Amino acid sequence: MEYIFDWFRVLYQETGINLPFLYDEYDRNRMVEGFFTTIWLSLVCLFFSAIIGIIGAWLQGSSFKWTRRIVNGYIQIFRNTPPLVQLYFFYFAIGTLLPRVDNDWGGQSPILGSFAWAAISLSFFAGAFNVEIFRSGIEAVPKSTVEAAEALGFSKLQIYRDITLPLAFRVVLPALNNNLVNLVKTTTLAYAIAVPEMLYEANQIWSDNVNVTEMMVFLLFAYFLLVGILVGAMNRWERAMKIPGYGG
Amino acid sequence: MSWTPAEPMVSIKNVHKSFGDLHVLKGISLDVMKGDVICIIGPSGSGKSTLIRCVNALNDIQKGSIKVEGIEVNDPKLDKLQLRRKVGMVFQQYNLFPHRTALQNVMMAPVRVLKQDKSIAEETARALIKKVRLEGKEDAYPGELSGGQQQRVAIARSLAMQPDVILFDEVTAALDPETVGEVLETIKDLAEDGMTCILVTHEMGFAREVADHIYFTDRGIIVEHGPPETFFQNAKDSRTKEFLSQIL
Ligand SMILES: Nc1ncnc2c1ncn2[C@@H]1O[C@H](COP(=O)(O)OP(=O)(O)OP(=O)(O)O)[C@@H](O)[C@H]1O
Ligand SMILES: [Mg+2]
Repeated sequence: MEYIFDWFRVLYQETGINLPFLYDEYDRNRMVEGFFTTIWLSLVCLFFSAIIGIIGAWLQGSSFKWTRRIVNGYIQIFRNTPPLVQLYFFYFAIGTLLPRVDNDWGGQSPILGSFAWAAISLSFFAGAFNVEIFRSGIEAVPKSTVEAAEALGFSKLQIYRDITLPLAFRVVLPALNNNLVNLVKTTTLAYAIAVPEMLYEANQIWSDNVNVTEMMVFLLFAYFLLVGILVGAMNRWERAMKIPGYGG
Repeated sequence: MSWTPAEPMVSIKNVHKSFGDLHVLKGISLDVMKGDVICIIGPSGSGKSTLIRCVNALNDIQKGSIKVEGIEVNDPKLDKLQLRRKVGMVFQQYNLFPHRTALQNVMMAPVRVLKQDKSIAEETARALIKKVRLEGKEDAYPGELSGGQQQRVAIARSLAMQPDVILFDEVTAALDPETVGEVLETIKDLAEDGMTCILVTHEMGFAREVADHIYFTDRGIIVEHGPPETFFQNAKDSRTKEFLSQIL
């Protein structure tokens, strides 16, 4: 390992191509932290946006007019505004309205930090799309299949959980995966509120080292690889979920 | 509520049903005793499906009364689960759960709805699959089965709930002529075991063979009815005669 790190130090000395996060421990730790923050933020948002999608789609099928209206209003707001504005809205508008708590250093800090706000904001953003995606999948489930479950005595919730959702899920998996890939890319917005994710840490490094070009090339490839792995995994998942003899 | 087998198991009295302005059932009355097999025949659109769907509350009724073992279906406080535990249904398009194997299709309702122990439900399900002569197909998905095989799984699925009466809605209408026989054979076995059956069918030969009583419906009313011998030989009403002459 040390040998590789040294090689990059030599590379810098010989050619001027400066990748300090490979030979300098301090910068390396920053980049590693950025990487894991990006992964963690992505996972948290994937999870909560999927939950929002599932619950939202269920509420959209409600027989109460106002429940449907509220869900539709939520979708409209989050689909038709820029995610960066949403993030600022949560962080600066809502964040400053919340009470502050005493921190360990004798000062006061916000109840929720920038990571939490990024997670909330991006989950709602991707969740709005997920509601619509799940909804379209639910509508694709034949009414007759649902009736068969009703005739067997399944409750509404059991039908949603055991029949509608699993079938809808398979129909929408490609669209869902597409949205989730977009979500991972959108986590870079968290940079704007100083969440220490990859873009933010890269910025820290290039500020110290004046190596913007190298960092940008690196970032591009890093995201390309990260998203590539995600897409590959999701394609495998789509194949694994295929029902023998069902659909195309 | 205190129903005894001396009374009709299913008692339909002066039932009216409309879809919006479309008056589909215009005062239908018929009784089905325990162990009876009745066949409902009639031209397309005469309301046969609508009628039997009212019996397990898949459709509601506007006027009249339907009682299944004393449970009034036309009651706003109806416990649908209690009703549907007594009434099984088999559909024209089978309506199996495509993401579950044949065995899982049969087990699912007993486990979910009746909260049966999984191993007990599986044992019963295997026996039922054997009963409908599909041994070896337990792990096949519906998409991997022929229409006739799917329909027999659907019958087993319905039987797994141990219903007191089963509704069959043109269950052979979507099948190839070669596979119609195997499904009719299965139903005949049930009838011989004493299962109470309400069948909508276009299979006149079958109706004549298994039915205790035949009802001819047209435009929302019962035009004529009787035991098969008299019904087929001495139909009096001109509409019945015309229908029979077209179909026989
Ligand atoms: N959900 C519904 N909404 C509106 N109209 C309906 C609905 N279901 C059935 N109908 C109408 O009710 C009438 C009776 O339909 P039904 O399906 O009961 O006829 P059927 O006797 O079973 O005919 P077939 O032999 O073609 O199955 C038809 O005119 C049909 O268009
Ligand atoms: Mg019909």
